[in-house]
Amino acid sequence: MKKKKKDITIRNGRVVDPGNGIDEVTDLHISGGKVLALGQPPENFQPLLEIDATDQIVCPGLIDLNVNLREPGNEHKATIASETACAARSGITTLCCTPDTLPVIDTPAVVGQIRHKARKAGYCRLLPQGALTKNLDGSHLSEMAALKAAGCIAVSNCYTPLANTLVQRRAMEYASTFNLLTIIRPEDQYLCNNGCAHEGKVADRLGLPGIPEAAETVAVARDLALAETTGAVIHFHALSSASAARTMAWAKREGRKVSADVAIHQLHLTELDLEGFDSNRHVRPPLRTDSDRDGLRKAVAENVIQAICSDHQPHEADAKSSPFPDTEPGISGLDTLLPLTLKLVEQGVMDLSSAIARLTCGPADILELPLGRLTPGYAADICIYDPNRQWHVSAEQIHSAGKNTPFTGWEMPGRVTHTLLKGRLVFHEERL
Amino acid sequence: MSLSNKALQLDDEQRLLHFLTIDGLDRSILTEILDTAEGFTGVSERTIKKVPLCRGKVVANLFFENSTRTRTTFELAAKRLSADVLNLNISASATSKGETLLDTLRNLEAMHVDMFIVRHATSGAAHFIAQHADPGVGVINAGDGRHAHPTQAMLDMFTIRRHKGEFVGLRVAIVGDILHSRVARSQILALNTLGVSEVRVVAPQTLLPSDARSLGVHVYHDFDEGIRDVDVIIMLRLQKERMRGAMLPSEHEYFSLYGLTERRLALAKPDAIVMHPGPINRGVEMDSKVADGSKSVILQQVSYGIAIRMAIISMVIGTQNQRTQEVAV
Repeated sequence: MKKKKKDITIRNGRVVDPGNGIDEVTDLHISGGKVLALGQPPENFQPLLEIDATDQIVCPGLIDLNVNLREPGNEHKATIASETACAARSGITTLCCTPDTLPVIDTPAVVGQIRHKARKAGYCRLLPQGALTKNLDGSHLSEMAALKAAGCIAVSNCYTPLANTLVQRRAMEYASTFNLLTIIRPEDQYLCNNGCAHEGKVADRLGLPGIPEAAETVAVARDLALAETTGAVIHFHALSSASAARTMAWAKREGRKVSADVAIHQLHLTELDLEGFDSNRHVRPPLRTDSDRDGLRKAVAENVIQAICSDHQPHEADAKSSPFPDTEPGISGLDTLLPLTLKLVEQGVMDLSSAIARLTCGPADILELPLGRLTPGYAADICIYDPNRQWHVSAEQIHSAGKNTPFTGWEMPGRVTHTLLKGRLVFHEERL
Repeated sequence: MSLSNKALQLDDEQRLLHFLTIDGLDRSILTEILDTAEGFTGVSERTIKKVPLCRGKVVANLFFENSTRTRTTFELAAKRLSADVLNLNISASATSKGETLLDTLRNLEAMHVDMFIVRHATSGAAHFIAQHADPGVGVINAGDGRHAHPTQAMLDMFTIRRHKGEFVGLRVAIVGDILHSRVARSQILALNTLGVSEVRVVAPQTLLPSDARSLGVHVYHDFDEGIRDVDVIIMLRLQKERMRGAMLPSEHEYFSLYGLTERRLALAKPDAIVMHPGPINRGVEMDSKVADGSKSVILQQVSYGIAIRMAIISMVIGTQNQRTQEVAV
């Protein structure tokens, strides 16, 4: 009983499509779930639905490269249904979920279950990352060919370290056999040494066990060397240091097949925000110094870091109700991904087109998927937001099941009014 | 959500609500604590060692980590103020049964406790409890992780003031495991707030915080240089685990480089005093001859600990009483 998808015209919006170099006020026409044309519609095109986007921004639906949706296994924190609905409200149409669920995403059955639940909820395209090693044990390779066939778009070992450098090498090599992207959280487990904050002046004063910058730079350097040896395509997730960003700039100049993303909170918060031990600021990798934040901002502006992600880690209240080091790390980030990125535009870090690119064609190109652009024929995944609407972050305004945000009270620019997934309206703000 | 240290510890009238860290407190408050403690030193020498300042109040010693000296002196201090004291050795009970810190706290609040004296192995634990406790309940930090041990720092300041009179012009060297020491962090803050002319830390690089200078100290790796012409030497306890964590090669090498001997002590000012928060590892941090020598004030520190803790408990309870009265009026 497949319903025929409606033909839609989005009228008079400012269409920002960085992947195609477009930024102009025009109409966007959608047919059969796909982008049909910009500007003049084809003859005899009769849309069933018209969306007035006057004074609004119309851009490709956002792609979030790294989110943990907690299902299966931790449904008390969040579910695929709750988080994909939140994504739709936030203008996000594609989520790449990490394999650190219970059970781990290391078999086609788990991939199938997750994709089924996402399809049933119907809010968002969910692209699972598979586990790099079985049960994320760090020593036995997962059945990557089967995972890819089941729909995994990349493989990752998340926070779990690989047993040794040889396993890391083999895993990259095996993944590259099937053109699977290896996503790496660069973190040297020994240097992390159970730390919970950036090793620096704030952790020194607060007596928090530190994670040195070298925990990241050592891992980045090692895995770049392994990628060169193996020819594997790798992606570094959630860089936190200016030094790692500079290494990425060097790798880019050298023409290496490597990309990187940064979590949006790393572009706004620093170690100074840990004063008072607010557990909502407990993240991994840790918030680092002012100059790290500035270095990361520069790398994002210069497209050395091609994607901004939410690194969404929703938690129940109890997970954050302990003394800082004993709490679970992570921020619930879907609701604030777009507004915090727009804040960078307000602050003059980069122009709007670059900011939107890091949330759309940037991540799409990392995944080598035909998404993140308003090219005719591409899926009509679209985000429409009102750039002139400001809102304040509060628990009621956070639609994720996880209310763990450090941005409570912040004024945010931009409010999503419509989200379309494959030409279907999955979110439409009811205005009073 | 996260209040500044000042806003969390002081009310609008600059009265102590909690005592969690020296950070955020100014010289006048620290001096008030020292002066108040001065008034309490006489109590221990009376036949009846009690004053009725906290009669009818319930003070809970909430120790999630083992301690003998600190817990006992807090208990004595509270009893001399006529408070009822509950001693809870939590490491052995609730948390091992899976109860969360917050649940433990709520259960004790249901028993109408007026003050929590908290020791916990995690940095920030006392802040956490202060932020979640009922508004009328005071929290005193008796040591949290590597973060702070402010009552120890205050009793050390008291000891220094008793011997040296003034803080201005003093040179103080803190020697040993600064990295893991909550005592050192609180001492450095207190010494700088009270206006000493120089705080030195003496340690190998592995036992120093990554950016030690940002704490407001001069860093020395050579003990002979670091001790030269100082007025006060504070030796820190060295945990034996540090040998296992590849931070030090051996006790023998540590003692030869950073142990306090009579020879080294002679490099300090002639009237220098030697302090240690205890318990001492004789032959690791210092020679027995120094520990028991004429310059050692280590046992006085313990006695003064009672007066200082009486001062802090009574100030926090006093704030509660005044605020209750203000509400009643």
